[in-house]
Amino acid sequence: MIELVNVCKSFDEKEVLKGISTVFQQGQTNLIIGQSGSGKTVLLKTIVGLLDMSSGDVLYDGRCFKSMNVNERKSLHQEIGMLFQGSALFDSSTVEENVRFPMDMFTNWSVEQKKERVKFCLDRVHLDNVNDLLPSEISGGMQKRVAIARAIALNPKYLFCDEPNSGLDPKTSIVIDELIQEITKEFDITTVINTHDMNSVIGMGDKILFIHNGKKHWEGSKDDIFIAQNEELDSFIFASKLFRSIKEKR
Amino acid sequence: MSLFYHIGRYSLFIRRVFSRPEKHGVFIKQVVREIDKLGVDSLGIVIIISTFIGAVITLQTSYNIDMPLIPRYTIGLAARDSILLEFSSTIVCLILAGKVGSNIASEIGTMRVTEQIDALDVMGINSKGFLVLPKVVGLMFIIPFLVILSMAIGIIGGWLAGALTGVVPSSEYIYGVQYSFKPFYVVYSLIKSVVFGFIIATVSSYWGYYTDGGALEVGKSSTMAVVSSSVLILLFNLLLTQLLLT
Repeated sequence: MIELVNVCKSFDEKEVLKGISTVFQQGQTNLIIGQSGSGKTVLLKTIVGLLDMSSGDVLYDGRCFKSMNVNERKSLHQEIGMLFQGSALFDSSTVEENVRFPMDMFTNWSVEQKKERVKFCLDRVHLDNVNDLLPSEISGGMQKRVAIARAIALNPKYLFCDEPNSGLDPKTSIVIDELIQEITKEFDITTVINTHDMNSVIGMGDKILFIHNGKKHWEGSKDDIFIAQNEELDSFIFASKLFRSIKEKR
Repeated sequence: MSLFYHIGRYSLFIRRVFSRPEKHGVFIKQVVREIDKLGVDSLGIVIIISTFIGAVITLQTSYNIDMPLIPRYTIGLAARDSILLEFSSTIVCLILAGKVGSNIASEIGTMRVTEQIDALDVMGINSKGFLVLPKVVGLMFIIPFLVILSMAIGIIGGWLAGALTGVVPSSEYIYGVQYSFKPFYVVYSLIKSVVFGFIIATVSSYWGYYTDGGALEVGKSSTMAVVSSSVLILLFNLLLTQLLLT
């Protein structure tokens, strides 16, 4: 479980996050949604510690992030897996080396154990015969799956995904969404996803946090979203004719 | 103000670079890879430039001291001292600042804009130490070898040019190269090259690491890396010459 307590973030004079508080439950896919520039990525980067928060706190299963020392933060980071918007695979390393990387850095496993784990992770994301290929030699969807495999390599307790569907076709997007959902349930992970893909919102939002202008405007589940009485949320979610017609039918 | 800002940020950057590597086995592999990538891959350019500059120094010296009172072996002596004292350390390092510096800055800059550095940080890895320390150690280790090679090839290039054009007989050139040789000149050159290697690796990594934006900014960081490394090499060349030779 991850708890945000009044998280604020400013860049010089500009306040990007304005006191966001919420709880992301374990074993659920928690979605952060909002328009471009609303502060979703800043919030995600602040939660994982890539950006320092101006005030407030983040609690990882009750452990206060702000008061952790360097070593405590380091061990917390080993419990975190993250899927970046552009996959962020290491260009000069093969798929296998990318997935093996966290094991090389943080475990004393034998070569065989590492090979077995790499195979398990790649099998889990339905990838086969790609071990020796470079990231540039595989498709965008496959890169995302390799990034997921790398993120789950050390059995993380928390999984963060920054726009996992960006740049993917609708069919591949659904595959990635389903994969994230399956992994979340299977390994009982606290998953937090940044997205503005409405298929993802309606398909996998166990919990949805809507941010507008850096503030929490609404939170609820994918079922609540159809009955929510929030003007900004309504205009954001049901901007397209297709989703408006779905809402009307319900 | 901007200068002080960069000096301060560079100092903090260096502090994080020189922290204990996460895994010594991985670190050693990285250093070996950097030695190969930054040093061995630069052999070609060092050999070509050293040969031609050695030849040009010999020819220019011969035309400038074309007087009966000055012995011909002076050409070998002048070529040797120019190569040992200045060319092989400073000029070769300035060229490497262009080749290796832009390579380092663009590699790390691309990693920054494609979030690969963020990925390292999220895993709990000290990205500055992980990415930069192997480059610093690798370059500081390999650069003296490149400089020694450059010295040898520069002197051979001078000898070839002198012999082929007939401006200085081989025996006179070789006598001049051996005449009044001071081994400290080599030590002085190697000390300078190690310092320059540190400057190239750290300054270029600094610009690459703090790239902000996209492909255009990676190009800008690369240019800044080459310009700042070159200026610092010239500045430290002056300081080290004053400290070591006077």
